[in-house]
Amino acid sequence: MIKQVSVFMENRVGRLYHIAKTLGEKKINIRALSLADTSDFGILRLIVDEPDKAIEILKAEKYTVSPTNVLAIEVEDHPGGLSEILGTFDKNAINIEYMYALPKRTGGKAVMIFRFDDAEIEKKLSMAGVKPLKDEDIKTI
Amino acid sequence: MNKQFPYPIWNAEMETMDLETRKTLQLYRLKELVWYVYDNVPFYKKKFDEMGVKPSEIKSLDDILSLPFTLKTDLRDNYPYAMFAVPMDDIIRIHASSGTTGKPTVVGYTQEDIDTWSEVMARSLMSGGTTRKSIVQNAYGYGLFTGGLGVHYGTELIGASVIPVSGGNTARQILLLQDFGSDVMTCTPSYSLFLAEEIEKAGIDASSLKLRYGIFGAEPWTEAMRGEIQKRLPIKAINIYGLSEIIGPGVANECQCQNGLHIYDDHFFPEIINPETGEHVKDGEMGELVITTLTKKGIPLIRYRTRDLTRILPGVCPCGRTHPRIDRIMGRSDDMLIIRGVNVFPSQIEEVLVKIEEVAPHYQLIVEREHNLDVLTVMVEVNDKIFSDEIKGLEAIEKKVEHDIHQMIGISVVVKLVEPRAVARSEGKAKRVIDNRKLQ
Repeated sequence: MIKQVSVFMENRVGRLYHIAKTLGEKKINIRALSLADTSDFGILRLIVDEPDKAIEILKAEKYTVSPTNVLAIEVEDHPGGLSEILGTFDKNAINIEYMYALPKRTGGKAVMIFRFDDAEIEKKLSMAGVKPLKDEDIKTI
Repeated sequence: MNKQFPYPIWNAEMETMDLETRKTLQLYRLKELVWYVYDNVPFYKKKFDEMGVKPSEIKSLDDILSLPFTLKTDLRDNYPYAMFAVPMDDIIRIHASSGTTGKPTVVGYTQEDIDTWSEVMARSLMSGGTTRKSIVQNAYGYGLFTGGLGVHYGTELIGASVIPVSGGNTARQILLLQDFGSDVMTCTPSYSLFLAEEIEKAGIDASSLKLRYGIFGAEPWTEAMRGEIQKRLPIKAINIYGLSEIIGPGVANECQCQNGLHIYDDHFFPEIINPETGEHVKDGEMGELVITTLTKKGIPLIRYRTRDLTRILPGVCPCGRTHPRIDRIMGRSDDMLIIRGVNVFPSQIEEVLVKIEEVAPHYQLIVEREHNLDVLTVMVEVNDKIFSDEIKGLEAIEKKVEHDIHQMIGISVVVKLVEPRAVARSEGKAKRVIDNRKLQ
């Protein structure tokens, strides 16, 4: 599991900019992000190099922030690569809550961030032969 | 002493009097009062004459409806002493309320008033758990504010020991709690929570203290706050109500049942009115508390509009007292909104929010008029407790709040989740209502 930083955000001009600026000033490097939104609000999900520090910084700025456990999984970077891993999930009845991509590659592979709503997820993945990345792996990408 | 409910009652004759006898007493006192104010307070003589009300026409308790209301502004307009019914020779004490705008509201007490006040405070303190043996740590402020001296005199009348420590100086409060063995504490509910925190910080086990009862008032509070106080300080938290215009603390107080506050209606005659129309609400409905001081001599008040919202609770209290019970104060009538013809109080919205997660999030109500229809938007700050990493989780909360508010007030509202601190605060207090309706 790796620690994702989830931030509650109103759907207003300048909010994302403010968060990015705040983290940038404190030397937090954003590795990946995704934004889920409705017309009124959104949830910003961040993968950063130092999640605990990022949470502290955003809390000090009065944001509602919480850590969420997600999995980073390597995907073959060729046509059909994503469908291979999704097929594995499908076979094992694993349901995805949401997913997004990390913009950097590691050794010819792409990295996807997955959130599953499943307490047994780590066991299921290891049985299916899928090996998620660790926090350290993300830092060194 | 009531066998089923073995807690002492200070003045059993008055507090458990049968209702018919009390009504007779109230009518007798009301008749005396209207003559008294007519003869002694020029303000009332003028008002009665203008309205064509004659004191001799008050023949039943229902006739109180023909009497005028008294407003806080009437006290301000007659600042400082023009509402007093006695010459200054007979006034032995003066208190004043802080007054958030402009001049304070001034009240004067005769010896008889101080005796009445001590009496109702003795009733309050005893129903809250105080006995002759008690040591009462009185952390209400002493001074112009009525809290400190009100509790002080009531405690002395019971014969308990009062520690007149007054407000503030938390380190000393804790020292006294530890060394003097206080079993009753009187202060504001918010101060009791602050105290609990400081006790925890100091590494003191609160259950090692002798403290058993807290008699808290002088500001609105909630059942959730009571729960928290009782959890953190192992005490019974009792709710007391009063206002300086009427007498100070001791107008109404909870008994050990903690289910509504007995209002001492042999001295303070209560009515619940619709703040818009001035008419009585139906039995048990929420409205503004109006009080007539049946026995006050220094500054007697007829149908004083307290602006406090409450309701009369139905049924008989198992403690044996026959004084009617009012619900905890739900807010101020000045805050009332009329949305599509329905009276809405911010406190009702708050009640719903408290239930979503124990801690009430900050909120703000925005009223707008779109196509001649009132739209009420409830802005709810998303705190850690209600935050979910998934859109559907947050949307479920919006839906639930919308549904629960609809159940509570009978009209549909729009709930919008906003970031913390999005609700503007002034001096730490959030502005609860923004009414953007522009009416012709």
